[in-house]
Amino acid sequence: MSFLEIRNLTATLSNGMPILRDVSLSVAAAEVRGLVGESGAGKSMIGKAILGILPRSVRITRGEIRLDGTDLLALPPAERRRRIGQSCALIPQDPLTALNPSRRVGPQITDRLVDILGWTRSNAEARARDLLAEVQIPEPERVMRSYPHELSGGMRQRILIASAFAAEPKLIVADEPTTALDVTVQKQILKLIAGMQARHGTALLFVTHDLGVVSKVCQRLSVLYAGMVVEDTDVRGFFSAPDHPYSRALLAATPVYTDPEASLTPVPEAVITAVRAEVAAADRRAGRG
Amino acid sequence: MLDGRSQIKRRAGLRLWLSAGWLVLLVLVALLAPMIAPKNPLEQDLFAGRLPPFWVSGADPSFLLGTDSLGRDVLSRILHGARLALTVALVSGLATCLVGATLGLMAGYLRGWVDVVISRLIDIWMAFPPVLFSILLIAVIGPGLGSIILAIVIIDWTRFARVVRAEAMAQGAMDYVASARIAGRGRLGIMLREILPNVLPTIVVLLTLEMGIAVIVEAILSFVNLSISTDDPTWGGMIAEGRASIHQAWWVLVFPLITLFFTVLSFSQLGEGLKDRFDPVLR
Repeated sequence: MSFLEIRNLTATLSNGMPILRDVSLSVAAAEVRGLVGESGAGKSMIGKAILGILPRSVRITRGEIRLDGTDLLALPPAERRRRIGQSCALIPQDPLTALNPSRRVGPQITDRLVDILGWTRSNAEARARDLLAEVQIPEPERVMRSYPHELSGGMRQRILIASAFAAEPKLIVADEPTTALDVTVQKQILKLIAGMQARHGTALLFVTHDLGVVSKVCQRLSVLYAGMVVEDTDVRGFFSAPDHPYSRALLAATPVYTDPEASLTPVPEAVITAVRAEVAAADRRAGRG
Repeated sequence: MLDGRSQIKRRAGLRLWLSAGWLVLLVLVALLAPMIAPKNPLEQDLFAGRLPPFWVSGADPSFLLGTDSLGRDVLSRILHGARLALTVALVSGLATCLVGATLGLMAGYLRGWVDVVISRLIDIWMAFPPVLFSILLIAVIGPGLGSIILAIVIIDWTRFARVVRAEAMAQGAMDYVASARIAGRGRLGIMLREILPNVLPTIVVLLTLEMGIAVIVEAILSFVNLSISTDDPTWGGMIAEGRASIHQAWWVLVFPLITLFFTVLSFSQLGEGLKDRFDPVLR
């Protein structure tokens, strides 16, 4: 049984516009699941739904989010908070807004250890130091006493990664963790996340729009279009023989780095029309008009 | 880069020291007024009426800044007037801040119906002309120190609520708040530990501005004779009295006016200086 099991998750905006359509996906323990799609496809919304931080305007109308067998959506809010806090963490997209600018870095890492797991402050601090060293931050002591603005974007992302792993969560949602960084740093951060994931045996839901990233870190993959999972497959299968026409077109649209002169291939109009028709058909079946 | 930073710091420093210096002086004066005032501020001497300040010919050097039309010492009255001005500034400033910032923080972070109620309340409140509103309010609840403070709080809480709400909304959308939520922190904890520290610089600036405004409002209310009893010296009351005799005795109007001006200016400059000091990026 997978650690995270999402079944038929459906969510709409307050005006009734569907955001997620019958999304089902699972992440086994210590597995890395990629979640790809164009912007607005609902990738981040799935992550937010799992972590219970959906915007106020989005409402879950149907479905289950099972964490270790327990349906989070059926729990009372306080209990849900506690469960999520104990077993999940987030590696956010933008390291510049993900640390509180008016608090020192150290307490921001140790807070959850002290608050949720009930560690003593000194134990938590020792743990934070070890983790910062593990993500290759020089002088962890000094960094913990720093304010976020004193550190570079790459440093902050490392801190956020360390912080995500601090409480040894079972599942981490990485929401485009490399998008806000420049390319040279991206590669290091990606390697770091993959390494940490392997060492700690954490299940990882990796939200991204970069298929190159998927091929490097993920084992399984869900392709999302308009809030609907159009393909759920293992990564090797996807790159050798994608099943769905949209996935094929998406893969074909990946820029070829070896040939700078080659023009970019857009996803063909016909494929878009076809996948839209598929979404509409699913909506009709579900009686959503 | 380094130069720009140190320059900002130096200028902020000077501004901070000058304004803080004036305000500290004022606080000392207010505390020690009975000891340092050369005369009894209430004592009338009709034979010594409208004496000019010491450097003008015909002055009595024991009345440094001259006397008003009833022969009361202008300097002593200004010194005693500082007591009321500062009490009103501090108490009503802090109370306004507390009420306004709390409501603003709640509206901005909790959103939903809390925000709807508070925002509509702000809209309705802002439709009243503030000075008229305060005069009306005092006329209804009667003059007195408590009434002035209450009037200022009731009128001005929206100033804090609006700004703090907007800031709290912006901060609430940041990823660090989402992280805190995932980490199991409750709404109150997020408001107080995550959002409040980031809104605090703005609150401090507003607070000092509000103190300046409170001094002005008190002066306005004294001017229209709705402050505390007319015997007690207030800057606004002095300005009102001085207005009547501006052509014969300008000093009765001008000295309290200058004091008021520097006090209000110091409050606003103190706020600006503190903001630069508080800003985590400039610090």
